[in-house]
Formats: sequence, structure tokens, C-alpha cells
Amino acid sequence: MEIFLQQLLNALSLGGTYALLALGLAVVFSIIGLINFAHGELMTVTGYAVCFALIWGMPFPLAVIAGLGVAMTAALLMERVAFRPVRGASGTTLLLTSFAVSAILRVLFQNLISARPIPVSIPASLSGVVTIGPLHLGMIQLISIIVTLAMLLGLNLFLHRTIAGRAMRAAAEDFAVLRLMGLRANSVVATAFAISGLLAGVAGILWVAQRGSVDPLMGALPVLKAFIAAIIGGLGSLSGAVAGGFLLGFIEVILQAYLPESLLPYRDAFAILLVISVLLFRPQGLLARKTLVKL
Amino acid sequence: MTPSDEPLLTIEGLTVSYGPVEAVDGIDLTVKRGEIVTLLGANGAGKSSTLNALVGLAPRKANRLVFAGIDLLGLPPETIVRRGMTLVPEGRRVFASLTVEENLILGGAKHAKRGNPAAVKADMLARFPILAERLHQKAGLLSGGEQQMLAIGRALMSSPDLLLLDEPSLGLAPQVVDAIFDLIRDLRDQGLTILLVEQNVAQSLEIADRGYVLANGRIELQGSAAELRASPEIQNAYLGA
Repeated sequence: MEIFLQQLLNALSLGGTYALLALGLAVVFSIIGLINFAHGELMTVTGYAVCFALIWGMPFPLAVIAGLGVAMTAALLMERVAFRPVRGASGTTLLLTSFAVSAILRVLFQNLISARPIPVSIPASLSGVVTIGPLHLGMIQLISIIVTLAMLLGLNLFLHRTIAGRAMRAAAEDFAVLRLMGLRANSVVATAFAISGLLAGVAGILWVAQRGSVDPLMGALPVLKAFIAAIIGGLGSLSGAVAGGFLLGFIEVILQAYLPESLLPYRDAFAILLVISVLLFRPQGLLARKTLVKL
Repeated sequence: MTPSDEPLLTIEGLTVSYGPVEAVDGIDLTVKRGEIVTLLGANGAGKSSTLNALVGLAPRKANRLVFAGIDLLGLPPETIVRRGMTLVPEGRRVFASLTVEENLILGGAKHAKRGNPAAVKADMLARFPILAERLHQKAGLLSGGEQQMLAIGRALMSSPDLLLLDEPSLGLAPQVVDAIFDLIRDLRDQGLTILLVEQNVAQSLEIADRGYVLANGRIELQGSAAELRASPEIQNAYLGA
């Protein structure tokens, strides 16, 4: 039982990061039908921002704020420079554009910063272990669970209590009619990217805090996992993305814990197999939206 | 022509094409302040395309497209709506997963300058008691007639000068249709100007001041509602006399 509870906490921590990333993908997809594969590079750019902020002597909390600011700015720039010109184009065009953005950013990171991982000096206070009864939890894992829950709660309040949030939910349903309410298409899309950037930034900082380094390809794997999570949940569904993220985290942690050692190298293969079996029964995803109205 | 004679909406040579397909082929139309003007025609005649083009949701070309002295050509939908002309789209298109109240809030979100949102909302709920009752329900759970009321209410939240209505009676029970037509007449009596697209020719001509008949993207017939009701073309094609 204790071992199981311990694994559950691990799953919450990992799944929470996937959930934040999947949510970032879903927020943008639900509104403009773009699967943003450059989402991972938003994580990476946040990692570099925090890294350099610390190197330049900023205290950790300020570095975190700087990192989040850079993440949101980068997301807004991506939208303005790369995605706005192709808005309303076919899904394939949007997808290829996002691959291009991702590839360009990776090359820039490699050439302008470094192809090798740069260590990030995370404060020692964050590397401790918290003991709750029989359970041991890394400080960073605990923070990651709390931050994830706070982000989900905050986003939920934003979407249901503010005009901008309601406009985003309405835009996901029927963008053309939202414009008939006098709300500017560009501001709604920009809000979606800013939120997606914030979510990627938070996930990026949690990721870097656990690994202690940043490299140009850092965002690739987590965003692939987030994409899988978003698909499990039903692409475009926000609650689906969260559910998919936690489910994928849970599956990975349980497999890691209970697979026989000889099979451990195949952990991801088993995880994907489980995902495939979920999709065999619910090809539209667990919490799919009924229809998707494009711009 | 004195300024007060200037129509609220002037359309000259409006063309709407989707690729090679011309849905609307150079129509002229005017709507004067305080009128109900109805745009009639069969399915595919270009009625909805005309309304969508007016608010900038369909690709359009025109020699002149002027609303309340503003040139609409080149303006995006959000700007046109902020200037006081709005569209209740065909099929109602309420935001189904949002509550009735949230639909109304979004309708009035950007129009604080045009009227006090709280007062407009109170007025709306007095006009549609059923919406007041269902304020916190999801709009998707309303009946068709209630959704149509919500769609109209949501558009009225922007305190428009000109309301474009696209097939508001479509798919509704006869009693509800009567209520919708009564509502449109009330709105006109309270000073709103209305351009109404309908397939229900008989009832539209009853409440309208003037009308136009579209066929294959061109104006085939126009005149006062009484003239249209009496015309043999309308009698034969639409009223089944």
C-alpha cells in the first residue's frame, strides 16, 4: 500500500507536467486547429532564460518570473511571426509550419548557445526530500504537484470567470460567431498563445529543476509525450488533455515500478501499447469534443 | 438629399464569390432607419451570403457598401459589429457549452460605449423571461425556440442600430415562429432597423415594410410589402395562390 501511494505521488508529479504541456497544446489547437510542435522549444527557451538569469546573478524567484515572461513573449512572437500568416490554412500547412519553427529554434539554440547541456544551479533548498508519514517525496516533486494543481485551478477560474476566458471557450466552439460579438480574432488567438506559453514555461521550469540542465533538444521528448496525452484525452478538449496527461504519467510510473527488470528498456513501448488500446476503443479520445469549428 | 433621407445601409453592386462560384452577383439594396426590410428567395439564392458579406464573414466586392456613413469595405467583422450592425446567424449558433448568461455577457462584452451593459442585460431578461429562468443552464440544453431567443438576445446586447436576421424561424414550431415574428415587429416598433432573411414569405411580408426577392444571386423583384404580396410572381412561386 505504501509503495503504491509512493508511486501515486510520483505519477501525480510526472503526469502533472505532461498535463500542463498537453493543456498548452490543446488550448491552441481548440481555437485555431494548430498542433504546435514548437511547444517543446518554448520549454527549452524558458530553461535557457532561467539558466542565464541565474548566471547573471538574479535570485531564483526572479529568474523564474523572468523565465515565464520569456516563455509567454516567445509564444506570442511565434504566433505573430510564423502562425498568423498561415491562419486558416489547412491542418497540414499549420503542422509543417510548426515543425519548421521547431527546427529553426533548435538550430539557433545549438549555434548561438551550445549543442551541449548547460548546468542550471537550482537552489539547494529545492533538492531536499520531504517525509510525510511513510512517504518520501522530493521537494521538487512536491512543488511540481502543488504548482500543477494551482495552475489547473487558476486556468479554470480564468476560463469561467473572465471575459477573455469565456471568449476563448466560445472561440473553440465557433470562432466566426465570436467575432460577431465584436471580439477581435487576433486578441483571442494571442491570449491562447500567451496561456500556452505560460503553461510551457511552468512545465519547462519544473522539468529543468528535476534535470538540473538545459540542452537544445530538451523539449522534444516531453512535448511528444504531451501530444500523446492530448490525443488520449481527445485533441482539443482541455479537460481531456489534463486527464490524458495524468493517465500517461500514471501508466509510465506504474510500468517503471512493476515491469520485470529485463523488460524495463521497453517501458515506453508498453506505455504506447496501452495508449493504442485506449484509442482502439475510443478513437476520438477519452473526453473528445463533439465537433471542431474552424476559423 | 438631406442627411435624414440617407439610408442607414446602402449596398451598390455587391458581389460575393467563393472561388469560381458567384453566390451574389451585383445586387443593389437599401435599408432606411426604422424599417423592416425582408430579403426573400429560394434556397441557394444568395440570401445568407449577402448577410455574411455585409458583416465581413464572406468574401465580398462592391461599388459601395455604406452603413451609417461608414464605408464597410475592408473592415473586419469585429469592427463592423462595434459600429452598430450585427448579425444573428442562420442556425442560431449559440455557444452551446457556455451558459445562457455567458452567451449574453459575450454579446455585450465590447459594447460598453454603446449602452450600459447592466441595463441592457436587465432589459433583455425582462424581454425574454425564459432566458432569465435558464440563466445558469448551458445554452446547448435550451430548445430550438429558446436558442433563437438567446441568439437574438445576445445580438441585442451590443445595442445595435441595424440587426441582420438570417432565417430566425427555421426549424421552429408554428407557435414559436409566431412569437419570433411578433418579437421582430416589437423590436422595430422600439426603433431598431431590421434586415430579415426568410423562407417564410407570407409571415415576413406581413411584418415587413419593403422587400427584395433574390434568385440566382440577382434581385428579381422589389417593392413595398403590399406590392410584393400582390405580385403574381410571389403569389405563384411562394404563396401558393
